[in-house]
Amino acid sequence: MRIGDFKETYAADEAVFRTPTVRFWLWALAAALLVFPLLAGEYLIYMANITAVAVVGAVGLNLLTGCTGLISLGHAGFMGVGAYTSAILITKFGVPFILTLPISGLAAALCGVIVGAPSLRMKGLYLCIATLAAQVILEFTFVHWESLTHGIRGLNVPAPTLFGLSLASGPAFYYVIMIVAAISVTASRNLFRTRVGRAFIAIRDRDISAQLMGINLFQYKLYAFALSSFFAGMAGCLMVNLLKVVTPEQYPLHLSIQYLAMIIVGGLGSILGSILGAIFMTIVPELLRSALGLFQGLDPQIMSYLFPLQTVIFGALIVGFLVFEPHGLAEMWRRAKAYFRLWPFEY
Amino acid sequence: MDILPQLIVSGLATGGVYALIALGFVLIYKATHIINFATGEFMMIGAYFCYTFMALAGVPVLPAFLLVMVCAAILGFMVERVILRHMLGQPVISIIMVTIGLSSILMGLAEIIWTSQFKNLPPMFPRAPLNLGVAVVRSNLAYGFIISMAAVGAFALIFKYAKAGVAMRATAGDQMAAFSMGINVKSMFSLAWALGGIAAALGGVIIGAIGGISPTLGAVGLKIFPVVILGGLDSIGGAVLGGLIIGVLENLAGGYLDPFFGGGVKEVAPFVFMVLVLLLKPYGLFGKEEIERL
Repeated sequence: MRIGDFKETYAADEAVFRTPTVRFWLWALAAALLVFPLLAGEYLIYMANITAVAVVGAVGLNLLTGCTGLISLGHAGFMGVGAYTSAILITKFGVPFILTLPISGLAAALCGVIVGAPSLRMKGLYLCIATLAAQVILEFTFVHWESLTHGIRGLNVPAPTLFGLSLASGPAFYYVIMIVAAISVTASRNLFRTRVGRAFIAIRDRDISAQLMGINLFQYKLYAFALSSFFAGMAGCLMVNLLKVVTPEQYPLHLSIQYLAMIIVGGLGSILGSILGAIFMTIVPELLRSALGLFQGLDPQIMSYLFPLQTVIFGALIVGFLVFEPHGLAEMWRRAKAYFRLWPFEY
Repeated sequence: MDILPQLIVSGLATGGVYALIALGFVLIYKATHIINFATGEFMMIGAYFCYTFMALAGVPVLPAFLLVMVCAAILGFMVERVILRHMLGQPVISIIMVTIGLSSILMGLAEIIWTSQFKNLPPMFPRAPLNLGVAVVRSNLAYGFIISMAAVGAFALIFKYAKAGVAMRATAGDQMAAFSMGINVKSMFSLAWALGGIAAALGGVIIGAIGGISPTLGAVGLKIFPVVILGGLDSIGGAVLGGLIIGVLENLAGGYLDPFFGGGVKEVAPFVFMVLVLLLKPYGLFGKEEIERL
């Protein structure tokens, strides 16, 4: 049982990770992530890569939707902008992969600002529908700007290299993705200790009050859109270099919804929630696939139910979490921790 | 034959169907302030009900329509009672996401029950296309338009004159006041969902009769957002006008701009138009501006 911890300096009180226990487990996590590719097979590493990219995207969306309260149905579109920017820069101009990472983030951020610009005048559902329009328009652009995007055939990207080292293999690229994911998570965690992050939360809680307190709504809403899309763009860039191909079908409206589902299942407005949600929503379909695989002996047709069953469970998870656990996995995690901290006492 | 009147007339006919579907959305929004992202899936399920009754059970057209309406009403009622009732007073984003989750559930269930194969509804209207002199309309579209307009008219009359309709309008205006006047607000919510379900299902049957049905039919439902934004979310007249405008607009854009963009303009034009409208009038053309106070 852990009892209260006291601090002697303000620096200790303001630290991001306050207790030695937390720091210890974070180092343990870092070490585990470091040795993971040495132990795991190709498939597991691929899954870890996909999940980490989802973490970057989900953290970005959570900044906008969870923390600033601006719901966006265009997140996949922004990811697509990042992915295409990276693919076009690499294939047409020979820009190295690592440079395209921030550039695709910036390109997506620019799109985000354009979409976000009307957000001062629109709220809630009108904004939500405006971002839906952005998603549809971006998808249309990916398909029909043939000269740049090669339409539905998409673009093939060569294996990324970093300072002459090839990142073609899963494990090599794993480290790149993990570093980007770690930086994204840390950056957004720190953001909420600054004026900008706190302004976001004030806007979410009540925009008019925030404005009365001297927060320039327009400016900060645009910041939120830009930051969120920046993360989305980076996630898109990682995705295209991981899969080595980009097509318009990879970034449909459904993916936007999937990201929203991630942050809802994980916990709106919580960084930990974005991570948990991204992991959960990536792994559940795989578990379902293996579970159905077990029954394949009984009924060979069973795999044909996989896709619709995934759709049903996906929807049921969103509805179930919103009805029964609106604060998501992060809240469940917090409750479990609180329970064990005092165990076996109740108070 | 000149292409312009043809485009306008068939655009108007499609727009009429959009108006009916948008009406299903507006009815629910007006009474409960819930944005139903599952409207498209309600349509799809309605079309499948119709397919089940007509093609599998062999029910004739009119009774089949009635059965579809009854089933759709039950579906809408159940959805409200089982899921949305819990979401009263929750933030907009949660409610939007619940209906998105619901649409996913309905889509998956439809695929499990009816498989993902493309199906055709049995012919229900006389085949001969309607010749209006300046333009020719496919019979499915023409009868669909007539049915839609009749349904919209019926809904408008219910809303205006029936006791339940007046009570629903009162609920939409001010829930507390309605409550204190002895209106059962919760049952009004259920009624709104049932009516919304019926409107969407009828629209789905018509769209299904025109273009066949599959579990992805609900994607058409996304098009109602330009329609309702244009008309204002809580205005029945606006929904009708918005539907007709969007129908004509997408047909004209598709007809004239497709050669330049290589197809697909029809799908995206309503959204572009909607963004432009929203930039100029953030609450749509006929929407009520919400004034917020602390």
